[in-house]
Amino acid sequence: MTSLIFLVPLALLLGGTALAAFLWSLKSGQYEDLDGAAERILLDEEEEDDQPSRK
Amino acid sequence: MNGRGLVAAAQASAGASAARQEVRIASRALEQGLHQTELSVPGVHCAGCIRTVEKGLSRIPGVEHVRVNLSTKRVSVKWRGDEPPDLLDALEKLGFPGHLTEADAGRKDPEFGRLIRALAVAGFSAMNIMLLSVSVWSGAEPTTRHVFHWISAALALLCLVYSGRIFFVSAWSALSRGRTNMDVPISIGVCLAFGLSLYDTIHNGPHAYFDAATALIFFLLIGRTLDHVMREKARTAVRGLARLAPRGATILRDDGGRDYLAVGEIEPGMRIMLAAGDRIPVDGVVTEGASDLDCALTSGESAPRRATPGSSVQAGTLNLTGPLTITASARAENSFLAEMVRLMEAAEGGRARYRRLADRAAALYSPVVHSVALLTFLGWMMATGEWHRAITVAIAVLIITCPCALGLAVPIVQVVAARRLFENGIMVKDGSAIERLAESDIAVFDKTGTLTLGRLQLVDGDAIAPRDLAIAARIASLSNHPVSKAIAAAAPPADAGLADTGLADVVEQPGVGIEARIGGNLYRLGRADWALAEAGQAHAEGTVLSRDGTLVARFAFEDTLRPQAREAIEVLREAGLRISILSGDAPGAVTAVALRLGIDDFDAGLLPAAKVGRLDDLASEGRKVLMVGDGLNDAPALAAAHVSIAPANAADIGRSAADFVFLRDSLVAVPTALAISREAGQIVRQNFALATAYNAIALPIAIAGYVTPLVAALAMSLSSVLVVANALRLKAGKNIPHATDPSRVRSVKGDIAVEPAQ
Repeated sequence: MTSLIFLVPLALLLGGTALAAFLWSLKSGQYEDLDGAAERILLDEEEEDDQPSRK
Repeated sequence: MNGRGLVAAAQASAGASAARQEVRIASRALEQGLHQTELSVPGVHCAGCIRTVEKGLSRIPGVEHVRVNLSTKRVSVKWRGDEPPDLLDALEKLGFPGHLTEADAGRKDPEFGRLIRALAVAGFSAMNIMLLSVSVWSGAEPTTRHVFHWISAALALLCLVYSGRIFFVSAWSALSRGRTNMDVPISIGVCLAFGLSLYDTIHNGPHAYFDAATALIFFLLIGRTLDHVMREKARTAVRGLARLAPRGATILRDDGGRDYLAVGEIEPGMRIMLAAGDRIPVDGVVTEGASDLDCALTSGESAPRRATPGSSVQAGTLNLTGPLTITASARAENSFLAEMVRLMEAAEGGRARYRRLADRAAALYSPVVHSVALLTFLGWMMATGEWHRAITVAIAVLIITCPCALGLAVPIVQVVAARRLFENGIMVKDGSAIERLAESDIAVFDKTGTLTLGRLQLVDGDAIAPRDLAIAARIASLSNHPVSKAIAAAAPPADAGLADTGLADVVEQPGVGIEARIGGNLYRLGRADWALAEAGQAHAEGTVLSRDGTLVARFAFEDTLRPQAREAIEVLREAGLRISILSGDAPGAVTAVALRLGIDDFDAGLLPAAKVGRLDDLASEGRKVLMVGDGLNDAPALAAAHVSIAPANAADIGRSAADFVFLRDSLVAVPTALAISREAGQIVRQNFALATAYNAIALPIAIAGYVTPLVAALAMSLSSVLVVANALRLKAGKNIPHATDPSRVRSVKGDIAVEPAQ
């Protein structure tokens, strides 16, 4: 019973984090162009101004 | 060379600047002089295409940001400055012909976001409550159970308020209009289950139905979201088609200057310049120039009409061969196009009266279930006198008969059917269209552009000497007139004797024909009264080729039938539909097509209002009319019919009025859509039967008071799975070759996309 006191909230917290992450990814438009995202990884150089450059 | 080249060059430059001005009108202003333009580019399909388009367009001065969306095949361009960049030309040069789409087409769909968020929250709540419920069912200690019930109550409240809202709002709007729909029993069931469970939780009762309430919301939201996704996909595909109505026109000012104005800003009396290939923006009268007009979209006539100074022209017709100047005689909102929109709005009453199958089922279902629940409550009250026990059993009845299976029965079938239609290149606007199509018992076709492709074809090619035909084809290939295109297409593949013969002094006389010199002889190809004028046959008719004024060959044409038109009509007839043609074209042309297709019920020369009148007559005979049409003149009829189908090359308002739009050329799409809709209707009825059978078994158990939350959860999931599995059995439209080949759909869309560039 004592373990439940922190295990249940922990489980809910993890689930809630996943939910929040999903809602955030939805809001930031990551599902707008799923086909395009799959193809874009094949492009070598990224000079898009909305993509942070690595170096 | 001669005047023709100069005219062509002048037209080309005028056309290019007009296209650029159209970019401005179609764009949306963002902050600080920044504009956003959305273009549909059907040709992009891989990473290489993305890079070519994005890099190519970014190089144009003024363009700040380019982003390709591969899923919707759109490019969003942000640009700065007063003069819009020539995006269409740049795309053409990159090898990805595109066309402008509505500026707001790229915006997010708020309804979809709402559904997905509601689904995510419902999923989170339902899963966690189910997890807690499993331990309660497997015999948790009373204290643990109490805590778990409280946690479940909190999660269920979140789900109810955030996700359940979608059902409550819809149920409330139906109730406030004095109707019921499926959402009314759903809302009542969910709210009562939650209320009773909360009461039991407060009083430390052993049973709580939080899991049933949230699982119900979750399952139904899945169905609703899928439904929305399918319809949105269809709508996006239709919106991606090229727009046929012009956005603006070049106005000739009194001082000789030119302005490009949006169609809505054109006032009567203004002079409008039209290049060959432009559509006429508003009704007017020709003041200068001569040309041929393609009236296929406005009146259904397949043969081009001649335009000379003084003739009046309707908005929506296409200027084919020569530049014209017209004086506007009406504003855009008083033009032919607007008249069609008004007729459409007046005609739409019939379809609005249709009630969806699910709503009709709900109207039967809710009184039955709610009175059974009430009787159960009264019965238990009389039998035991315990009101808490009586309410618990009554609510268990509501939950067990919960319309989960019924709520999914219709939408899931329509999702599967819409998906199948999509694979066959047919877009459906909403689920009720599938139900209405299954009911139809008479198919009414328009002729030009629907049964036919609106493209002329040479009939008597074999009767003409190959050498004469080859000469005619050489001359004809220089013109854009539909008759010329037909002759050019009929030319023998190899004409060695003629390859080195040079054409000289080619002059196209808009409205009459084209002349050229070959080795000292003057050839004329065109209207007989012009080509044979020197031979004194000024009243001759038809299309001829003449050499120095004497007749060489005569040409006869017919409209090309759509591929598989005959098979499609045959299949429809076998399916029990009466077939009929209502056309605006001349009787002769309609009779010819009707004979070729074996249709004996046809009518010609009908005005748009007369078509609507015919459909009203049929409807008052109790017939359910399926209207298939493409033109502006068909749009009111498309809106008035019980259900309507339009090809992708239909006029814009026709496409938006129709319930289905098919993207491929073949007319087989019509029987395919009918077959899929009918089978979908059958499966829906099976699903209703399954749901009823399930209720017949479950209801006595519930009334007897044996339903615990565990039984409720099992029964509900089982019935939903059964209904979904049954929907997946839909077979119609599955074995059509290329049906699942996406590249085919793409290529067809591509064909349509390049059309207006001609």
